[in-house]
Amino acid sequence: MLRHITRTLFKMVVTLFVIVTLVFFATRLSGDPIDYVVGQGITQEDRDLLTRYYGLDASIWEQYVRFLGSFIDGQFGLSFVERRPVAEIVAERIWPSLQLLLSGVSLTILVAVPLGILAAIHRSNWIGSTVMTIAFVGYAVPNFVLAIFMVLVFAFTLNWLPVVGNSTPWHFIMPTITLAGALIAALTRFTRNAMLDVLSQDFMRTARAKGLSEAVVILKHGFSNASITILSVLGLQIAGLAAAGNVVVEAIFAWPGIGDLLVNAAILRDFPVLQFAVLAVAFAVIIVNGLIDIAYAYADPRIRLGRA
Amino acid sequence: MTPLLSVRNLKVGFGATEAVRELSFDVPKGATLALVGESGSGKSATALSILRLIEREGGRIAGGTITLHEEGGPVDITALDERQLRGLRGNRISMVFQEPMTSLNPVLTVGNQVAEVFIRHRSMSGRQALLAARDALDSVRIPEPQRRLSQYPHELSGGLRQRVMIAMALACRPKLLIADEPTTALDVTTQAEILSLIRDLQAEIGMAVLFITHDMGVVAEIADRIVVLRQGRKVEEGAVADVFGAPKHAYSQQLMAATPKLGSGSPAAPSGASKLLDVRDLTTRFAVRSGFLAGRRSIEAVRGVSLSLGRAETLGLVGESGCGKSTLARSILCLIEPSSGAILLDGQDVMRADRQGLRAMRRHAQMIFQDPYASLNPRLPVHDLVTEPARIHGVVSARDQRDLAAELLQSVGLQQDAVDLYPHQFSGGQRQRLCIARALSVKPKLIVADEPVSALDVSIARQVTDLMLELQQREGISFLFISHDIAVIERVSHRIAVMHRGEIVETGPSQSVLRDPRHAYTRRLLASVPRHDVSGRRAALEPLPAKAVPAGPANGAGLREAAPGHFVRENAA
Repeated sequence: MLRHITRTLFKMVVTLFVIVTLVFFATRLSGDPIDYVVGQGITQEDRDLLTRYYGLDASIWEQYVRFLGSFIDGQFGLSFVERRPVAEIVAERIWPSLQLLLSGVSLTILVAVPLGILAAIHRSNWIGSTVMTIAFVGYAVPNFVLAIFMVLVFAFTLNWLPVVGNSTPWHFIMPTITLAGALIAALTRFTRNAMLDVLSQDFMRTARAKGLSEAVVILKHGFSNASITILSVLGLQIAGLAAAGNVVVEAIFAWPGIGDLLVNAAILRDFPVLQFAVLAVAFAVIIVNGLIDIAYAYADPRIRLGRA
Repeated sequence: MTPLLSVRNLKVGFGATEAVRELSFDVPKGATLALVGESGSGKSATALSILRLIEREGGRIAGGTITLHEEGGPVDITALDERQLRGLRGNRISMVFQEPMTSLNPVLTVGNQVAEVFIRHRSMSGRQALLAARDALDSVRIPEPQRRLSQYPHELSGGLRQRVMIAMALACRPKLLIADEPTTALDVTTQAEILSLIRDLQAEIGMAVLFITHDMGVVAEIADRIVVLRQGRKVEEGAVADVFGAPKHAYSQQLMAATPKLGSGSPAAPSGASKLLDVRDLTTRFAVRSGFLAGRRSIEAVRGVSLSLGRAETLGLVGESGCGKSTLARSILCLIEPSSGAILLDGQDVMRADRQGLRAMRRHAQMIFQDPYASLNPRLPVHDLVTEPARIHGVVSARDQRDLAAELLQSVGLQQDAVDLYPHQFSGGQRQRLCIARALSVKPKLIVADEPVSALDVSIARQVTDLMLELQQREGISFLFISHDIAVIERVSHRIAVMHRGEIVETGPSQSVLRDPRHAYTRRLLASVPRHDVSGRRAALEPLPAKAVPAGPANGAGLREAAPGHFVRENAA
């Protein structure tokens, strides 16, 4: 178990380093940020001054080294636009994003896992096929379409729910549903398949032969095994959500999170912020994957204890 | 006296097919009834019907009654509802399954799985149930029961897992134990231990046992009465002594005759055969990780093995699972790279051969595997499948391919016009014939057959081994025949090599080794084989002490000639 954790941690560090490097060079390829900071029509003198001020006159390798150095002081450089330490700007955005992510994932698990189990048990009757049809439709609808539809109905027409920001619990409803929508569809299908695999195993027959009730057979013997595979997929899904899903949802609902920050920083070519925001997302993805990896090992004694 | 369980006119169907037709039999109180038949005979369907688990497997009881006679009066199991069934299962009737590796839940501890029976049927608290579970493990003679409670199934050997299954089944002291091929997946020595355990516990608890098996030897070992099934119908029923003494139905006779019996003779050795294969001092190591920071350590799966094989001769390699026999076979063909030693095939050193040489060698040495379902590509038609080696080695042109395929099919006893069929259209035995045909396509001098009949029914297995003998006589092929079943080995082999923990412990002419075993392990192996003798049931085996076979010198020396051509490892008891 200890070995498993050390190995997971080591992989996380290496992955982060690779991402940091990729992000640095990718942003440098996107154009000159000075244009966006000051706009057109300034003198060449002022331009050179600003270039020096932001350290953009140095060679790209020197900038790379300085960039790596900025991790050490914990400030991660200054924003080109806001002239504040990047760490401060990003820190403000993490919590709202995390809140949205947690509520989205919780909703997904609460809805998708029971639905998937239900669909597996009733695989050959109308209950199963209804669940799977709904899941299929849910999978096919892009999340921005779902979001706009909900905004039209619940905010503009019925006037029930607020659209912009995150100030009250009511603000959470639409972003959370948008975020969870496609995920629920995918995880339901996956849970069903994982459960179907388990239901046909020999040990399920053993459990029934012991006279256990159907609930114990399905949940204790069946789900405990299926949860291992479900966990691995859930990890990937959460990671994808943290990286991409949030960007769309936060942009639509003006949610003051990392995704929103990322979009703005990209438009303004605010390199320090962009780099660090991407890094923060990558870090979240890696942390979640690492945690899932460890949880996976915990759920499966064959990994935890090593093969006999 | 009323029997414990009466099955009357039972009909079980899977979809449109009838698995069991009008089956009637009784299980007497406290006695053992063996339900015998080959695959597709409906024996497992019958067992699952008694617990009404058949619905879960996609089957359906289409008619008949299953009556359990209890103190409170008879109960018709076919009429019980789900709640009543749950009170029956694992409590008054319980079941042990064939595959101990997959019948236990891999993510729950052994203690948890045994304890839940007590929690369910005896309404115990978790703590009480764990104590009871420990006693249950103790009663099936599992060493260190307290430690096992917190272990997971993958940490136990197959034999121990089957003991856990039995402990679970017997937890509530059932009236009837249904054992569905409980020892088929186990080694013979383990099988002997489990059979004697079931017998002892039966005497202790006074339960009846319904024992389902395809193995007549096991029937002779354990049963009082026997019911022979074929294609869902009962063909014969009677006391074991009567049926074994004078089987009335032709199918029972055929089944008895097909079952390999130890002591029924071996083929005569080919005279003056020259050596085809000479293996000297072969060692194969695998690197395994042993833990964090501990680095790698190597395990010697095959240790200093020397053996030779003449032309048109069959050497039977026998040993239990994990003894290294498959590794040895693959090492000889260089499918696994040996670590040291020498392999001479037809005088040529295989291990020093370059890629070209190895290819040429493979033309002369082919292999047949255990599982005829997994070893044929399902997407290729038969004429492509059986001629594939010939095409790889450029022995056949594209034009002649179909002719060669037809010829090969004929030589293994299949219809020539089957060349356009696909593997799924054949039965298990026919598929193994296809595998043999494929090996024959390059006219090899040596065929290494790794458990070629272990997945087949006895009567089919018999036909396949007969085919191999016939081919040997006709084409002069040498076989290295690997099996865990010493009775099959006896029937096909001129000479036998017994393998134990990576070493050959005894080798010699078949009858010399079997009639006069010199090594302690060979004796134990032979003693474990079920006798087809109902009169004298043997006492429980004495366990082989863990260190009975100290590691011999790794250079393969230390074999002493005990009789002409019969060698025994020096440390023999």
